[in-house]
Amino acid sequence: MDTQAGVPERLEPERQSATFPLEVIHRIQTMSQTGRYEIRGWGAKRRVPNFDDLTFVTASVSRYPLEGYRERCDTKTVLGSRFASKPLELDIPITIAGMSFGSLSAHAKDALGRAATIVGTSTTTGDGRMTKEERAASKHLVYQCLPSRYGFNPHDVQQADAIEVVVGQGAKPGGGGMLLGQKVSERVAGMRTLPVGVDQRSASRHPDWTGPDDLTIKIAELREATNWEKPIYVKFGATRVANDVKLAIAAGADVVVIDGMQGGTGATQEVFIEHAGIPTLPAVRLAAEAIREVGKTGEVQLIVSGGIRSGSDVAKALALGADAVSIGVASLIALGCNASHYFKDGEEHDATADYLALGTSPGHCNRCETGRCPVGVTTQDPILTERLDPEISKQWVVNYLKALTMELTTLARACGKSSVHNLEPEDLVALTIEAAAMAKVPLAGTSWIPGHSF
Amino acid sequence: MDALTQTVLNCRELGVTGVNRALRQLPDGSSVLIAEPRGAHNIGVGMMGKWDITVDGNAGYYLGGLCDGPNFTVNGSVGWGVGENLMSGLIRVIGNASESAGASAHGGLLVITGDASLRCGISLKGGDIAVAGGVGHMTAFLAQAGNILVGGDAGDSLGDSLYEAVIYVGGKVKSLGSDAKISEMTATDVAKVKELAAAAGFDHIDAENVTKVSSAKTLYNFDALKNQRY
Amino acid sequence: MCGIAGLHLKNPALYPELGHLLTPIVEALTSRGPDSAGVALYDDSAPTGQLRFSLRADSPSYDWSAFAAAVAGHTGSVTTAVANFNVGLVSSAASETAMIDAIDAVDPSIVVVGVGESMTIFKDVGFPKDICDRYGIPRAGGYQAVGHTRMATESAVTMEHSHPFNPVPDLTLVHNGSFSNHATIRRALMDSGIKFDTDNDTEVGARYIGQRLGKGDDLAEAMRRVVKDFDGFFTLLVATKTEFAVVRDSFACKPLVVAETDDYVAVASEYQALADLPGINAARVFEPMPEDVHSWTR
Repeated sequence: MDTQAGVPERLEPERQSATFPLEVIHRIQTMSQTGRYEIRGWGAKRRVPNFDDLTFVTASVSRYPLEGYRERCDTKTVLGSRFASKPLELDIPITIAGMSFGSLSAHAKDALGRAATIVGTSTTTGDGRMTKEERAASKHLVYQCLPSRYGFNPHDVQQADAIEVVVGQGAKPGGGGMLLGQKVSERVAGMRTLPVGVDQRSASRHPDWTGPDDLTIKIAELREATNWEKPIYVKFGATRVANDVKLAIAAGADVVVIDGMQGGTGATQEVFIEHAGIPTLPAVRLAAEAIREVGKTGEVQLIVSGGIRSGSDVAKALALGADAVSIGVASLIALGCNASHYFKDGEEHDATADYLALGTSPGHCNRCETGRCPVGVTTQDPILTERLDPEISKQWVVNYLKALTMELTTLARACGKSSVHNLEPEDLVALTIEAAAMAKVPLAGTSWIPGHSF
Repeated sequence: MDALTQTVLNCRELGVTGVNRALRQLPDGSSVLIAEPRGAHNIGVGMMGKWDITVDGNAGYYLGGLCDGPNFTVNGSVGWGVGENLMSGLIRVIGNASESAGASAHGGLLVITGDASLRCGISLKGGDIAVAGGVGHMTAFLAQAGNILVGGDAGDSLGDSLYEAVIYVGGKVKSLGSDAKISEMTATDVAKVKELAAAAGFDHIDAENVTKVSSAKTLYNFDALKNQRY
Repeated sequence: MCGIAGLHLKNPALYPELGHLLTPIVEALTSRGPDSAGVALYDDSAPTGQLRFSLRADSPSYDWSAFAAAVAGHTGSVTTAVANFNVGLVSSAASETAMIDAIDAVDPSIVVVGVGESMTIFKDVGFPKDICDRYGIPRAGGYQAVGHTRMATESAVTMEHSHPFNPVPDLTLVHNGSFSNHATIRRALMDSGIKFDTDNDTEVGARYIGQRLGKGDDLAEAMRRVVKDFDGFFTLLVATKTEFAVVRDSFACKPLVVAETDDYVAVASEYQALADLPGINAARVFEPMPEDVHSWTR
């Protein structure tokens, strides 16, 4: 073999270091050049044990299925029955998670709201005020009370259908909100009482309470302010789930919302997204067990979010004890996120060049924080916003939610359930040891739940 | 009901929920006395009525929180979060205020005739706060808009992470927070202090001799290379 | 997580009313702590040189006299017992170690809840009102009391995990908040020979102070060290035979209200818990500033 003088012969083909793969080399290079950590959108991208690692043991000789399409499989879901005189009555157990106007474009929020209304479910405001459009578009609107309190308004409290006290979210449990200056447009700045164009620094703790004992008084305040009519949710990222759920219940929550580490965000530090919080899979089971341990199953409802993508994810979450799921990133993809094309004035346009300009490509993009969303989902730029046609996107979301529901009921019927809320952990087995341990269901083909039984 | 007839609601008898429900029935222009509050939490929260409410004693947390309409006078001290998220109206506490007084207030005026505690005006969003006495640590933390007038001394980390809110301190400032700086009083500032003091009913503040604390604006855009203190 | 209640009586005329004044304060803090409650009472009733052991049996009909006699058989010291529901207050002039060994030898199912010359402790899982009623707290007398209502954070809801903690005789501690580096400090204390009963973060704070007092710190100094060494959010009320002290961490996110008159010092997590105390309207009411230790000596 020809070699240059003095250069040893290569015996092996090019290979990356597992400790320093290309991705890591690139990140270190970027940090040394900019002196800054990476800030991005979406949730944890690395593979963690998730619902794909579980499978249903559906009907067979010992269990009988329901006829698909002909025999009723109920999806009606009531949230907030513990104390509120007006709980939310939804047609499906799939809600739209909290995402702010500011993080999302006006067209995106509009499409989501109207789609949710058509399908009979709820949307949730995000960091920074309830918009008039959102209240008009959504039949059921959950109003978030966040540490930052941007735009939080007592009149919106009265107009909401439920209040969600946000302690944290899966992408950054323990961190506050983040919106970079490029998305703090005039309208957003006005709603959040911020100067235009500054990087928003959000608090990670609420300004007027810390800890579940004082949260008790805060929840009581919100209940008093709404005359005991509206359900109060408490949302947090999945970390010390069992303790947190029990404390939220002790503090008076009607509904507990847990967001696993795969949960998305519009912008936060990469280290937070990938290295804080536990996966949604163990979080569901831990939360359901905690509710049961304090004797509140049925009284306090559980909503789970963080990487819910398919009807099978919804079915598995319900089987493990959730009363409903919330979708965030998935609903954005339904709106057009990561699509290579967008529709404008009835014509299809190619957006690939705009993805490339962000240093990414369709299917790989998580650059929500730039405000330059090529398809108008997570932008405040008026021109980019026009790339999201609310009518078309609304229909896409309606289609997606209906398809999700069909997938959910297909599996539920196959398990012999006339209501999706009758799915139970015993309908599931795991395909990996980690998933068996996390979800506390047996490894397929065995009766083994690591740590519990053989 | 005319302004001379005062509705009396006894908190010990009715409980807070009973008091709040009774308040909601009242027509605009009503005058109310809430008797025997005994430190109860959540008195008068989420109210929009144009009433004059006197709370005759000490109140607990969130007195007058989430309101856009009533005026409150408290003959006593208050717990955490008095007037939290206030949108409009006057809340006058004739006593001391505990932590997070006026948290996230968007409008209106909160007056404390005694001292306010830690985190006074935290997350302020356009309301005004006037404290005759002193304020505690981390006052005006992340305060975005509005004015805070302090007759006495301010504790540590005053104005940490300040946005556009401005603080005027009659006494000493123990220490400044991240991105807070002391700057020169202008004629406009002096006029503003006089106006606030008058609205609060304070006559002990020398408007020409207060310390003005506002944002140095070095944290407005993230830039690790500028050695920003986070 | 919790509610803190405490009463330090300056006026001896009020000693017979200690429990009567304390109980409403504890009960008013139930919403902060519905899971369990505890009260430590300090009085002068024990003869000098005698230690009182607050012991707990499973049953309210436990034969404490027989138990005391058996214990005396082991230690050789006269031992008396006063029954209070399922708690037996057993006094003896024998040493603490001798007594602990004897108690374990006579009946290993008996749990030692607390030890002190002046102090007795009653704590249990359940509603604060039920616990106060069960042990007759409203009728108890004494010169000071430390009380607590618990909403469990990181560790289980069991009697052992309830507050007050009593790491060394007559020292009691109650805590509102959550230490964030207690696991590391626990390991350090264990390495120096200290044994723990639970995985509870408060127990670490209590045993830390117990160790510091053993090394000669006075209570205020020990509490200042806690502020320096412990991370997290915490309000502490600590008492010894002669002292009664409070401190809050540097963020002071967990509340504390102190009301002082010529007759008493009362502390509670919320003012509303103190609202019915005699003379409260004329009391000096204040909130301790971050890191400031306030202490009163008998």
